[in-house]
Amino acid sequence: MATAPADPHVLLEAVRMAFGNREVFRRLDCSFPRGRISCVLGGSGSGKSTILRLIGGLIRPQAGRVVVDGEDVTGLSERALVELRRKIGMMFQGGALLDAETVFDNLAFPLREHTRQTQTEIAARVRETLAAVGLRGVDDLLPNELSGGMMRRVALARALIMRPVICLCDEPFSGLDPVSVRLIEGLFQRVNAESGITMIVVSHDVRSTRRIADHIVLLLPGGEAVEGAPDVLREHADARVRAFLTDEVDSAAVEAAARAAEERTVGRPA
Amino acid sequence: MIRRPIEAVGRATLTFVAELGGIARFAAAVVRALLTPPVRARPFLNELFKLGVLSLVIICVSGLAVGMVLGLQGYNTLARFGAEQSLGAVVGLSLVRELGPVLTALLTTGRAGSATAAEIGTMVTTQQLDGLRMMSVDPIDFVVAPRALAMVAVMPLLGALFIVCGIFGGYFVGVHLMGLDGGVYLSSLENSIDFHDDVAQSLVKTVVFGALVGLIATWRGYASVPTSAGVSTATTSTVVVSSVTILLFDYVITSLWGV
Repeated sequence: MATAPADPHVLLEAVRMAFGNREVFRRLDCSFPRGRISCVLGGSGSGKSTILRLIGGLIRPQAGRVVVDGEDVTGLSERALVELRRKIGMMFQGGALLDAETVFDNLAFPLREHTRQTQTEIAARVRETLAAVGLRGVDDLLPNELSGGMMRRVALARALIMRPVICLCDEPFSGLDPVSVRLIEGLFQRVNAESGITMIVVSHDVRSTRRIADHIVLLLPGGEAVEGAPDVLREHADARVRAFLTDEVDSAAVEAAARAAEERTVGRPA
Repeated sequence: MIRRPIEAVGRATLTFVAELGGIARFAAAVVRALLTPPVRARPFLNELFKLGVLSLVIICVSGLAVGMVLGLQGYNTLARFGAEQSLGAVVGLSLVRELGPVLTALLTTGRAGSATAAEIGTMVTTQQLDGLRMMSVDPIDFVVAPRALAMVAVMPLLGALFIVCGIFGGYFVGVHLMGLDGGVYLSSLENSIDFHDDVAQSLVKTVVFGALVGLIATWRGYASVPTSAGVSTATTSTVVVSSVTILLFDYVITSLWGV
């Protein structure tokens, strides 16, 4: 069912994940190519954000493997995970910025923690990274003084400041106006083109996905995934895949998805 | 018929044991974070300010009020036996041994413990702790340990302040309102309080209460469900659990001290 990339940077193999009685994935297989922008699509509650948390080692699957940059994160100790996460930047849906710290201190924080750079070098790096996401003059603002779009850009800047090899982005477009969405899309494409970073973007915005994705992983009801290049998936044999990627809502498919979600939730032991 | 109550008891027991196990592991992680570098001086000083300095007014006012009540009740009761000269001893011993440490801990729980649980719970809800983990920073090291340590550090200081204010309140009522001689009040106080039996016990109590409140507040916030209701529950349970624990440990320490 999947058209897996030849050189996966991140690989999920036979992953089973459940929260209490709710089984999110029964046996998920998907992969993300190195140096490309991959988008994870799916309905609400299909487990899109769960994939990012699995990749970051924030949660562990009940079964299966999650391989990130050649390392299986499922068996790593907390200390080893700390080392692995230095290769990963993560942009959270709500920003997850430290709300008592200014924008400058939020960006400087990982540099102060993990490098021996001087204050001057840190300041230069923070301003350079803020400029790269199109922000200036926001150093002294607190996170609650930022607009939604600015918050996402600061979160992206913080995710990128340690120059990771993988960047995980959770719903970067949700709740933004069309101009801000296009701005963030442009940033992703520029960052990816300039640094060759592997970007994994979770989104339910099909139009944005079509514009930026080199590779798509579509989560279907039942916890399985279909993956491949956008053009290939638009011609996919499964009508549900075509419907999702072309924005055509098939009421029968919607009902089937709802029934499948209900079956997964009710009466199934963890 | 009888199965359900037994199941409920079993479930409650399992939950209780799991909670105890969770808090024990959490406490071990906090101690480990405190004993290993880096030293988090700035967050610790920030917490000292928030937990200590911002609690000064409530501690002083409460200490003064409690001391005044003790002075009034004590004077009237002692006067029945013609022993009003012992007012300093009654006020001082009550405050140093019991009321100072216990009321300070209860007041600090209500003001600072609940705030700590709410703050950490909100950080859980807004994914700030996950954000720290993804930046390879241990949230227990950066968020929890400085707050728990600050609670241990401020409790003895606030307790001492409470006692001083209480003694002054008792002095004010006994001497200025009831007409007791100031020298008699102070000499009675000085002669009755022993360092080992009273002051050291008081100090130990405040340190233990500080550790308990710090641990319970941070644990409740850290383990809270990431919703607004979860933060609310964490805050409420911090106050309830800490208050009961303080009173239980007060009895245990008092009995172990051999008084």
